Amino acid sequence: MPPSPDGDRGRAVLDAQDIHRALTRISHEILERNRGAEDLLLLGLPTRGVPLARRIAERIGEVEGHVPEIGALDVTLYRDDLRQHPTRGPQRTEIPGGAVDGKTVVLVDDVLYSGRTIRAALDALADHGRPDAVRLAVLVDRGHRELPIRADHVGKNLPSARTERVMVRLEETDGYDEVRIADTVAPATEERP
Amino acid sequence: MKHLLSIDDLTVDDVTQLFATAAEMHDVQHRSVKKLPALRGRTVINLFFEDSTRTRSSFEIAGKWLSADVINISAKGSSASKGESLRDTVLTVTAMGVDGLVVRHAASGAAQQISEWVDVAVVNAGDGTHEHPTQALLDAYTLSRRLGSLEDRHVVIVGDLTHSRVFRSNVKLLHKLGARVTVVAPPTLMPSGVGAWSAQAGFTTSWDLDEVLPSADAVMMLRVQRERMQGGFFPTPREYTIGYGLTRDRLAQLKPDTPICHPGPMNRGLEIAPEAADAAASMVLDQVSSGVAIRMAVLYHLLAGEENA
Repeated sequence: MPPSPDGDRGRAVLDAQDIHRALTRISHEILERNRGAEDLLLLGLPTRGVPLARRIAERIGEVEGHVPEIGALDVTLYRDDLRQHPTRGPQRTEIPGGAVDGKTVVLVDDVLYSGRTIRAALDALADHGRPDAVRLAVLVDRGHRELPIRADHVGKNLPSARTERVMVRLEETDGYDEVRIADTVAPATEERP
Repeated sequence: MKHLLSIDDLTVDDVTQLFATAAEMHDVQHRSVKKLPALRGRTVINLFFEDSTRTRSSFEIAGKWLSADVINISAKGSSASKGESLRDTVLTVTAMGVDGLVVRHAASGAAQQISEWVDVAVVNAGDGTHEHPTQALLDAYTLSRRLGSLEDRHVVIVGDLTHSRVFRSNVKLLHKLGARVTVVAPPTLMPSGVGAWSAQAGFTTSWDLDEVLPSADAVMMLRVQRERMQGGFFPTPREYTIGYGLTRDRLAQLKPDTPICHPGPMNRGLEIAPEAADAAASMVLDQVSSGVAIRMAVLYHLLAGEENA
């Protein structure tokens, strides 16, 4: 395994196999809930939601023979904490066909925490149109919600303390698949609630 | 980045970041809801002491699409025309509780001076013959969308260099981005002292447009600023066109599909022939739409983050 900046801090909670199985289950759940892959649009939230959405879409394609549309939805400009941090540039937003009207949108993210990112995503989505339905799939739900938001599809429920960090590493972005949980030494930077 | 007064304020990384942000902002123009909430609750004042249509409305649209409140103040009809000093006008306006000032003024250095008087973000939207940084950013952004990297590309800037702040900002930025720049003007419109500056800033000068055009990867025509000329720079407009206009004949000297830029407003038939202005390779309207995206990116980076960041 390539060395990571976090080293071996904390403990691994999901390995590559676990992540694979969790995504397979989520793919089946989405299909079951949607009764097929018709009008399905998977929107990953950058950074790591995007490769997760792509993997789920591939899994659905294998099962159903029809790969659903995928895209990316960046929420930077919709965050409620823009004023509390130095300015960050927005990341790529890509809506296939430019419209979400009439689609069932599944938002895909790596970690569900305060729910504020999802709140921002719902606002961003509304500016792109009016989907028939919006659902949420996450790899890890670590609790501590600050808004009335819950996920429809969860890879793993991971009870955590607010002082802990959950680190998701994916092949596409980090070179390997793993989810770790560790005590925070310094305030978490990359994983803002 | 607290202010944007000059291209000198920007590192190459800043420019890359602004271009990436602008690319995202650009997509908003094609959405049915042209609104982003990033600057909600922020107030921007466009303080224009010189006439401007496109720059002012471009900043206005940029601010509004980011949900800022944008107020336009122009010198005509303001208390500046009643004899109020620049400092008093600026202090009065900022005392109303604004977050950003977009300033255009006929005096070089006005934006810099204002930024020293007030505590809010200041964007230079053109100061005299000094700089117009957002114009240079949108020009380079437009060209990089068309050409890819500007590294080692040959950009030819033609026209009234003496009076042009666009030229000054552009040579600085294009040099930063690795482009080779040649500026072309009749001797009377070549700024004095350009020789020493060009050596230091890495661009070359020429009086002969026909010599440089065939090697150009992009051509930027500047407006002949008749309002800034008190006579004597060239004998007749016709003579200017013959020597330095992008005429139909010169269009044929260009490599195929060479992008043609003009910051506008164009004097059709003077510095640019209608055939060039309306050519398929003309970037004039792309520049306008890029202008909104670049100004959104600039306002976003100056005003969205934590204060004193």
